[in-house]
Formats: sequence, structure tokens, C-alpha cells
Amino acid sequence: MTDFTMTTDTDGIATITWDVPEKSMNVMSLVGFAELDGLIDAALADAGVKGIILTSGKKDFAGGMDLNVIARMREEGGAEGIFDGVMRMHQILRKIERAGMDPKTLKGGKPIVAALPGTALGIGLELPLSCHRIIAADNARAKIGLPEIMVGIFPGAGGTTRLVRKLGAMMAAPFLLEGKLSDPKGAKAGGIIDEVVPAGELLARAKEWVLNAKDADLVKPWDAKGYKMPGGAPYHPAGFMTFVGASAMVHGKTMGVYPAAKALLSAVYEGALVPFDTALKIEARWFTSVLMNPSSTAMIRSLFINKEALEKGANRPEAPDQTVRKVGIIGAGMMGAGIAYVSANAGIEVVLIDAAQDAADRGKAYSESILDKGISRRKVTPEKKAEVLGRITATTDYTALAGCDLIVEAVFEDMKVKADVTAKVEAVVGPDCIFATNTSTLPISDLAKASARPDQFIGIHFFSPVDKMLLVEIIRGKETGDRAVAKALDYVRQIRKTPIVVNDARFFYANRCIIPYINEGIRMVAEGVAPALVENAAKLVGMPLGPLQLVDETSIDLGVKIAKATKLAMGDTYPDGAVDTVLFAMADQGRLGKKANAGFYSYDEAGKRQGLWEGLEAQYPAADVQPDLSSVQQRLLMAQVLEAVRALEEGVLTDIREGDVGAVLGWGFAPWSGGPFGWLDIIGAARAVEICDALAASHGARFAAPALLRDMAAKGQQFYTRFAQQPKAA
Amino acid sequence: MTEAYIYDAVRTPRGKGRPDGALHELTSVALSANILNAVKDRNGLQGHAVEDVIWGNVTQVGEQGGCLARSAVLLSELDQSIPGLAINRFCASGMEAVNLAANQIRGGAGHAYIAGGVEMMGRVAMGSDGAAIAVDPSLAMKTYFVPQGISADIIATQYGFTRDQADALAVESQRRAAEAWAAGRFANSVVPVRDRNGLTILDHDEYMRPGTDMQALGALKASFKDMGEVMPGFDKIALMKYPHLERIEHIHHAGNSSGIVDGAAAVLIGNAEFGRAHGLKPRARIRATAKIGTDPTIMLTGPVPVTEKILKDSGMSISDIDLFEVNEAFASVVLRFMQAFDVDPAKVNPNGGSIAMGHPLGATGAIIIGTLLDELERTGKGTGLATLCIASGMGAATIIERV
Repeated sequence: MTDFTMTTDTDGIATITWDVPEKSMNVMSLVGFAELDGLIDAALADAGVKGIILTSGKKDFAGGMDLNVIARMREEGGAEGIFDGVMRMHQILRKIERAGMDPKTLKGGKPIVAALPGTALGIGLELPLSCHRIIAADNARAKIGLPEIMVGIFPGAGGTTRLVRKLGAMMAAPFLLEGKLSDPKGAKAGGIIDEVVPAGELLARAKEWVLNAKDADLVKPWDAKGYKMPGGAPYHPAGFMTFVGASAMVHGKTMGVYPAAKALLSAVYEGALVPFDTALKIEARWFTSVLMNPSSTAMIRSLFINKEALEKGANRPEAPDQTVRKVGIIGAGMMGAGIAYVSANAGIEVVLIDAAQDAADRGKAYSESILDKGISRRKVTPEKKAEVLGRITATTDYTALAGCDLIVEAVFEDMKVKADVTAKVEAVVGPDCIFATNTSTLPISDLAKASARPDQFIGIHFFSPVDKMLLVEIIRGKETGDRAVAKALDYVRQIRKTPIVVNDARFFYANRCIIPYINEGIRMVAEGVAPALVENAAKLVGMPLGPLQLVDETSIDLGVKIAKATKLAMGDTYPDGAVDTVLFAMADQGRLGKKANAGFYSYDEAGKRQGLWEGLEAQYPAADVQPDLSSVQQRLLMAQVLEAVRALEEGVLTDIREGDVGAVLGWGFAPWSGGPFGWLDIIGAARAVEICDALAASHGARFAAPALLRDMAAKGQQFYTRFAQQPKAA
Repeated sequence: MTEAYIYDAVRTPRGKGRPDGALHELTSVALSANILNAVKDRNGLQGHAVEDVIWGNVTQVGEQGGCLARSAVLLSELDQSIPGLAINRFCASGMEAVNLAANQIRGGAGHAYIAGGVEMMGRVAMGSDGAAIAVDPSLAMKTYFVPQGISADIIATQYGFTRDQADALAVESQRRAAEAWAAGRFANSVVPVRDRNGLTILDHDEYMRPGTDMQALGALKASFKDMGEVMPGFDKIALMKYPHLERIEHIHHAGNSSGIVDGAAAVLIGNAEFGRAHGLKPRARIRATAKIGTDPTIMLTGPVPVTEKILKDSGMSISDIDLFEVNEAFASVVLRFMQAFDVDPAKVNPNGGSIAMGHPLGATGAIIIGTLLDELERTGKGTGLATLCIASGMGAATIIERV
């Protein structure tokens, strides 16, 4: 069985069909590339072949490169191995592009057309870009684009160089720098592909084009004499402004922490100044440097490989299929309403309960508002809206819960209230129903005491806003059984989010790490560190929000509430008195955060954030000598990372992949690092211990290196080797 | 060590650097030749009288390209045995030409030089020579590149200068320049530009706006706010480099930044023997020269460290300096200089500066050395320091002493 096969018809048209055995989607491997190379050679050498159609035997063209191939190239050959491998790819694609034509006269080549039945991503588009024409089937579900940047690399098989020369730097930027994907019509409008035809006519049209193609149709603009880059090359007056702006925008947007965006832009700039083949070599060198950068390894690992593994149930216990058919959601506040929407949108029947009918109705109306927004953006049809809303029953009547196989309780964070709900629910649902609580602060094992079936009681912690956030944290209480975990995982899979499963402990995993991050930021303000430095330092290390902005968003009174509860639980060992001084004072002044239009930041009447609150400087004057940027960053990062390590040490986390994926998706932990454990592997345990020792000496025991980290430093270990997971069949 | 002396310093009047500016009809080479001829005529230079012409110029493309110095020599009435060296240290090119000449003389390489520069900003647009630091992503990101106007606004933000302070400095520059012209203080140095028929093209600095007041400046829109805050968002880059700042205050505009003008200047520098041989009297000794590199993002703070360096190198202190010329590239540059050294504003740019009269990039460094010398002579003072901020984060300075 091979990935590529070729047949030649009586008109001399060779059709090369990509159809990787035993996969639903084509991905490119080194073996596949070699096969393709051989077939192209054969077709070009065969005098009976007039032209070539390159297409797919599947409903889609291709999903991209097999990222494991890249990992293997790096492991086996280092930089040289990658560079040589990439240059071989360039040679093959360049051979397709020149198609046997005389390099001087540009005549005598054989037309090669890419016929795309569906999705074409990454190398699945770079390969067509080397062909002479790209025709796509009119398939609205198809996605066409170059999403490499999303996992920390960039299109490195000529896609960068070809697209920039085809569209110009400005027009190519959204596809390269943002990984923008389009449907075939959008791709045609954007200039990436040449033609969209009805699906049934794809191959016929491709053949027609090949039969009618003239020599000039095969010559790429950049191979023709007098080529000028659309929009201007870097030292053309218009191009100059584009490139000046591009550097600034990319730098500002990436805060300088994502090597791929920088490398991409450098490849574009340097490539624009030289002939095409030299540009490919430049692209290969930058691409190699990105693949050799530990950040790209970490990003691919967390954002692609491990995210997918977790979504496919890497940590799902053995249990029969637990697909949810009817979910009962108790509490129609912001969280409950959001959970109702994502559930109904995934085709699950929803009963949305609140104590008052109008509250329940308001919860359902939230779904309507999201769907209306979708209609106005033409992402949702009115039929689809009716269908989704039709699945939601908003009521006060608990008996409506009969037949539910999953309950998600999202009522007020109060043990007593939650216990009452648990009892009321269990009185009406069937014996197999799983009960999940969406708490963010209360221990699952304590809440489970109110349940008659604690083995069917579990925590499912959603993040706000539910429809936007990608992560769901599943919490296994002391008595939670495997079927409950499987149920939660199957449910999360249905609503197309990424799950992590953690054990029950204070604040579970995500909040456990976020709270110290916020606290460290506030503590610095109390110490006289300029608040702007705190916020900027966070962003410069890749955090999406500075700690002060984050606490404004989540609300300062919630912070006060958590602090009080934590203090009560910890007694004398409570370490955050300095933080509370600031936090409580803010709350006392009515500065409760964004919702109050007043917090660490000022807001205008419309609630738009203006700048840091001026009163802050008066109450906590900035010290004359400010700490350097890196020490502020170390404090902010270590505050989170050490909690992750402790969570692992204590068995709250059982899989570092979940620790990393959860951190990046849950609270945006420096995605360039792949997550807290990815970051520790990048800097090394020994360096991490050094930082901890220094921070502990100057800022206190909260930075003391955990024993696990010290042990790893002593042994020179990496997290992803010490805690390597054996791949489980997904 | 051989001493280097200034024997003469001349400049053209500065024309508006626009198509309707008075000097716009002249080529860069012609304006250069014009001022070189003035030096030749005023000092009776014949044959291989000087070792070289070192000519500062920033935008060395088109008519300013191709070793403009050599072209200028050949178009002038100087002897063809005098070669010509075109140099570029951005805004300090004219000063660097003087410093290079002085240091070669001090080192024994030749008896005399003509050093100066030219910039026809209305004919060869600033930036039209390209600049990797702005456009090459590897370099732009490594250096946190922002345009100069943003850098000037970073200085204002970092050191706490307000729009009012900047505008007040601009108003004072205009007032002093107008007063200096009215009193004829530039008469000895400004050589009117004449056409081939001897008809005057320009005999005064035409960029000046005498009578400019706070109210007039208050109406001007900040020039760099949009590029900083909106497209492409340079403030974000500035804050990445200066993360303790929350935002950049945009205080600079056309009225408190240097003017875009055409102009040229030349300084005749030689050793003592040259003076004796030509019957010329030295006016001042070039006591010290210095240059330095600084952070390229804030870019324009160079006058402070380069002044510290030149004082240290020459064993002097700030109180030894009687008068200062600090190029008014942007108001905040001068405000920062005065703040750092706590000098009396009356001693800094006493006859106005580039905000009032304009800043012909390649020439300004030579212009301010001449202006400084004139004022030392007029006031009977001894020692002066001239300094400029420089693109990409540099600074240059010269100390002169009357003899």
C-alpha cells in the first residue's frame, strides 16, 4: 500500500492520487514525499504523458505534515538533518513547478494542476502552490490555509516564499501570520487558489485545463522576466512602509516571545530581496532555526499532539460509551446559561432550571443572543438557531429532570445551597445519572457528602465565558468512580472542548496556579513596584493578561472572598497577608474590578478599560529603585509554575500533559513555553532551582524549590522524560 | 601633539525643504560647491591647500549619492588634487566631518581640511536611502525600532517633560533666533546663496516663524500619536523596552521639532603651520571630540552620555563650559540635556536652534560649531560645547576653546 498512486488515461493525462492507507485524512510523510517524487519523475519522463492532475482519494486533500516526521528529523539529524530534509522538499516542489520546462525559454513544461476535493492545510496547500493551477471543489466545509503559525512554526515547504510572491507581503500576512483559513470561495477571493468548481466537475475541469494549457500558463510570475512583488519589495517606497509596519505589528502582537513569527517575517524580508531559489534556501534556514528552537517543540507538543491526545480520551478510564443525551443544568446564571448553550449547540437535550422562571428564561435567552450574533455574522442559519433553542427547556420544575443522564449543577458557591440541590435532583433522576458540580472553590469530596451516590458525583469546572474558553477541568473526588469520569470526558468531547482530569484539592489545578500569580502581582504593588512594570512584565513573558487586569476581570470581591476562606482554612500558616492589605483596601473603596467600572484600572462609563487607576500610585508609591524586568518576570512565572509542580508532587495532577495543556488553554500560561512543565524543561531543572533559591532568599519561602524539582536538578532530568507517558490507543 | 584650529566657519542660509523653498532650485552639488567656494575665496586657498574635503550628508542617494564630496569638489573652484570624502553619521555628520578633520590634523595627517556637510531635504527625501534598522525584521525587532518622533516622546515620558515645557522651549527658540538675526549676529557666517549671475537667491533663514507663541503651538496636533497608538502601534514596542512606563505621552509636533530645510555649512580646520603659511589667524582650538552609542529605542538621549564622556576624556567638568549648542532635533532632547546637567537655559542655544531655523541633517553639526564660535567671540567667553543626538542611538560632541 502506498500513499500516492498514478494512472494515465488515453488522452495522456496522468492522475496522481494521494490516499494514505488507514487514515481518514492525508498527511505528508517522508515516505510519501519520496513516492510523489518518483511518480512526478516518471510522468515527466514519459513522452505519452501530456500533463498531470494531482488530487486526493479522500473527501479532503490533506491535513498537513505529519509533525512526528519533523520531530524525527530533528532527533536524528539536528539542524543539518532538518535543513537537508527541507531542501529536498524544496527540490521536489520546485521540480513540479518547473515541470520539465527549459529554464531559459520557459517552454516545454508539462502542465500540473492540483484538484482539491476538500480541506487543504499546511503542506496540503504548499504542494498545490507549487503546481501551475489550483482548482477546488465548491465544498463549503473545506478549510484552505496555512495554520502552521498556530502551533509555533511557519510554512516551511515554500508556502511562505510562494504566497508572498503571489500576493505580496501585505495580502499574504493574514494567511501566514495569523494562520487564517478560508473556504474555497474565500480562498479564491483571497487569491490563494485559482478556481472553484462544482464538486462533481472537479476532475473534468482539471483535465480540461491541462489539455488547454499553454507554455505561458505554466510560468509562475516569479519565474517570468521583470517580476515585481505585488505591493512592493522592502525598498520600494510602498513596500518599505509595509515592512516597517509589519515588524512593529508582529513584534508588538507577539511581545517578542514567539520565535516563529519573527523567523517568518525575516524569511519574507530577506527572501524578497533575492531570486526565488535563493529565497527558498533562506526560508529553509529560518524554518530550521524555528524547528531547533525549544519553544516550537514545546508548542507543537502541547497545542497539537497532547491537546489532541487528551481530547481523544488519553486519560479516559475503561467504561462503556457515556455519550450524554439529556443534561440537566441547575442554576441559570452566567455559568449555567453558558453551559446550556454549549450543550444544546452540541445536540444535547437541555433542561435549564432556576428557582424563578424569569431567571431560567434569561438563561435561555443568553443562548439566543449568542445565536443571533452568529446569524449577523452569517455563521449560523435561522434554522440552526431554532433547532438549538428547541433543545433547551427553561423551567423551575425539577421533575423535568427525569431522564437526564447528566446533571451539571451551577448554583451559588455555598455548601448548603449545593447540598439542597443535590438532594432535590437525586430525588427525581434515575439511578444511573451522573451528578457534576461546576464549583471553582469548594472541595468535591465535601460536596459529595450530600449525595446518596458519591461514586456518581464529580466536579466539572468550566471557565468563563463558557462558549469561548477551550478548557474544562474535571475533578475526581475521593469516591468518584470511573464511570463518572468517563461520563464527564465523553460530555466534554461532545461539546468539543479539551478536558483535563485532576484530583480533588484546594482550588483544583487551574485556580490553584492562577491565584498565586494574581497575588504575586498585588504583592509587588504593595512593595512599591510600578504597577505598569508588573503588568508589562507579565505580557512580555507571554501572559495574555497582567495579574492586575486579571483580578479586575475576575472581580476583586471574589478575590477577597477566596482570601478570607483560605485564611480560615490555613490559620497561622496563611502567607498572603501583604496581598490582602491591598486587596481588602480596594474592596473597601468599592473598587471591585471591571464589573464595578473601578479596580486596579480605571474604566470609562461604557466599561472600557482606560489605564491603571491613578489612586494606586498615591496609595502605593513606586519605589525609587525599580526591580529589573527579569526578576519581576521570574516572580510572576514561578508563582504559577511552582504550584503546578506541587500539584504534580501531591498527586493532584497525574499527567504533566494535562498540567501543560490545561495551563495554556485554561489561563493562557505563556503559550510559547508549552506550559509550566514545558517552561521548566526549556530552562532546565537546575536553573529553575537556582531561580527558586534566589527568589526564596529575597522574597520568602513561597518560592522554595519543591523536593521534586531539586531531585530532578540533581539528576539532570527533564519532566517530559521523567514523566513520559506511554501512548495509549485513543 | 599637533593642535587643530578653526580658521573659518561659514554656512548658507537655510531654505524651507519643500518645492516652494527658496533653495529648492539648486542641486545638492551646487549648494555644496557654493559654500566650498566661499571658504576658498574668504581664505585665499590655492591649489592643494587642504588635504581633503570631508562632507557630511545623510541621504546619500540620487544627486546626493556617488560620493557627493568628490562631486562637490569637482564642481567647485577647488583644485582637483583635493579628493573628497562623503560620510554619514546621520544628524551629526557635519560635526563628525569636523571631528575627523581635527583628529587627522592632530595625528599629523595633513595640515588642513575643509569639513562640513549639506542636506537638501526638499530634493532628496529623508529616508529615501532605505534603512535596514527600520525594515529588516531581525534588526528592527532586536533593536525595538521606533521612529525618532516616538523616541522623542519616550524621552518626554521617561523624564517627565510636558507639552507645555516643550512648547515653551520652541517659543524661546523662535524668539532667540529672531533676536539674533535682528542683531546681525549671523552676519559673519551666513553666506548668501547667489545664482551664476550674482543675483541673490536666499540671504536669510526662511523657515523661521518669529512671534510664535504658546497659543499657536497649542493648536498643533501631536505628530506621532497615531503611529504610536494605532497603526502600526509603535508605542507597544516602546513599552516593551521601557516596561515601567504605562503609556507614551505624545508631546511633539511640527512646532517643537526641528524643521525640514535645505542648507550647507563648511569649517576650515588646520594646524598652526597652515595658519602661518596662509596668513590666517586661528579663531579657536578644537579641544576635544567624542562619539558614543546608546540605546537605539529611546535613540536620542546621546547628548548626555557623550557629554559625560567628552568631559571625562578631556579632564573637564560641566562648569568649565561657558556656552552650549545642543541640537534642537526635538524639544525633549534639549530639555533632557539641561535636566541631566542642571545647566542654565540661558547658556544653551542662546541664538535659537533647529526648531526655529531648521535642521539640514548633514550640515547641522558644522553649523552649530560655527554658531557656537561666533557667540563665544561676541560675548568674550572662552569655551563651548556642541552636541547632537543621532539616529539609531548615538551621540557626538565637540569642545572648542578660543585662542
